[in-house]
Amino acid sequence: MSVLAKSFRTPSSQFVQRVKWLLIALALLPFFRLALGAPLGWLGVNPIEFITRSTGTWTIVSLVVTLSITPLRRVLNWPWLVRLRRTAGLITFFYAFLHFMTWLWLDRFFDWNEIVKDIVKRPFITVGFAAFILLIPLAITSNNASIKKLGAATWQNLHKLVYAIAVLATLHFVWLARRNPNEPYIYAAIFALLLGARVYWKYLAKNQKNR
Amino acid sequence: MLIRSSTANPILPSEITSEALFQSRRDWLKTAMAVGGVAALPALSACSVEAQGVKLAGVKANPLYLVNDEKLNKADEFKNYCNFYEFGTDKSDPPVMAKSLKTRPWTIAVEGEVLKPQVFDIDALYKLAPLEERVYRFRCVEAWSMVVPWVGFSLAELIKKVEPKGNAKFVEFVTLADKSQMPGLRSSVLDWPYVEGLRMDEAMNPLTLLTVGAFGEMLAPQNGAPVRLVVPWKYGFKSGKSIVKIRFVEKEPKTAWVKSGPEEYGFYSNVNPMVDHPRWSQASERRIGEFSKRKTLMFNGYADQVASMYAGMDLKKFF
Repeated sequence: MSVLAKSFRTPSSQFVQRVKWLLIALALLPFFRLALGAPLGWLGVNPIEFITRSTGTWTIVSLVVTLSITPLRRVLNWPWLVRLRRTAGLITFFYAFLHFMTWLWLDRFFDWNEIVKDIVKRPFITVGFAAFILLIPLAITSNNASIKKLGAATWQNLHKLVYAIAVLATLHFVWLARRNPNEPYIYAAIFALLLGARVYWKYLAKNQKNR
Repeated sequence: MLIRSSTANPILPSEITSEALFQSRRDWLKTAMAVGGVAALPALSACSVEAQGVKLAGVKANPLYLVNDEKLNKADEFKNYCNFYEFGTDKSDPPVMAKSLKTRPWTIAVEGEVLKPQVFDIDALYKLAPLEERVYRFRCVEAWSMVVPWVGFSLAELIKKVEPKGNAKFVEFVTLADKSQMPGLRSSVLDWPYVEGLRMDEAMNPLTLLTVGAFGEMLAPQNGAPVRLVVPWKYGFKSGKSIVKIRFVEKEPKTAWVKSGPEEYGFYSNVNPMVDHPRWSQASERRIGEFSKRKTLMFNGYADQVASMYAGMDLKKFF
């Protein structure tokens, strides 16, 4: 093994920390674009629609990144990648929260009647809302103290909810873009690959045990 | 002294600089001065020349069709935010992709159940009736809206010229589907060509405007050049763009959106705050340029002129 490959496999914790901050900095770029673009007029003639779409897109992109970490860790044999997973998850929650608040405030103007009607009547909102609600316990427990308190096994099981969230988020996007679902189908395919890889590896492990 | 306003060349609503635009120009100038931005001036004028369309001559404002107490949208908003799936499904696609649309030569074939079928050249069509400017609310099915000063004349003027037969119950509008000019046709999002339709009485309603311009200029390609329909009490998709054929038929036309999703899009598609789209509410709308939403008006505010055509009809069933 070359020195370079080795240093990527077991980097210093300082290096991992730097990668983490880089990830956070990159992840905040879309947010700053919206925060600056709204007053400066970069967001086109319907800025609220732009914000709604952008926060939705970055939620699902962040979710893709979050769910890619485990398979990448295995394929590249870079175990330290797991230390970015909670950060990526929190970024997902950050954009989901902005997306949710955009809807609540800028689209529905806190008209609770309309909000409840939307959740009950419109399947794409029902599943999107469910995905957001399920994200909340995961965001709250994405810290060392929670892992200690819950125990690693319970924590792991709780965080398997992310698979349900991925399915619900994809449905939200596919049903929303019913007439022209090309873009959501791309995410559906990526999630299918990411979840399929896990199922396959689980199956391999089981077979090995049985042998 | 007698002061008379000239009635020969009255000022069009579209020519009046809106207060917002006036202010934004002042603000822009102030900023430009403040940063010593005189050097930026040539760049600015070049850009505004490109954005400028071809002025339409001899247009008279029709005072019967104004939207009082609601501000006109800016031409810039109108030109940069539109659906025209033949040029891509994103609203930012048509302004870029439609630039190369060839609008001359252009003909419109008028055929079907009429005594005098004929093919109109676009330039002859301009002279079929006096061009009027009319300010209409424009409400998209996606729950956004604008106020636009259109230029055209009542479709009824053209219909009278071709003399429909008694069995002409509907009018079908077929729009351009040219693969060499329209990259969006590669997508199967709709069944091309885009077809829209109206009932005969709807087509004859004086509000229904055969439209060749907006904001005092010829239509920009992305807005449906060289000729489109504007049916202000219906959702925007009923107003077909870049029309090449008008057919008078006996049966209700199979329109593009009804074929694509009959549970979501009806033949009538009248603006109706009481009948929701399955995926969103139609009770309110976002007027482009405004922060809060507006309540959507029945028939988009044109109930007085059109409601009688639907008397006795269940509008939840015939949505």
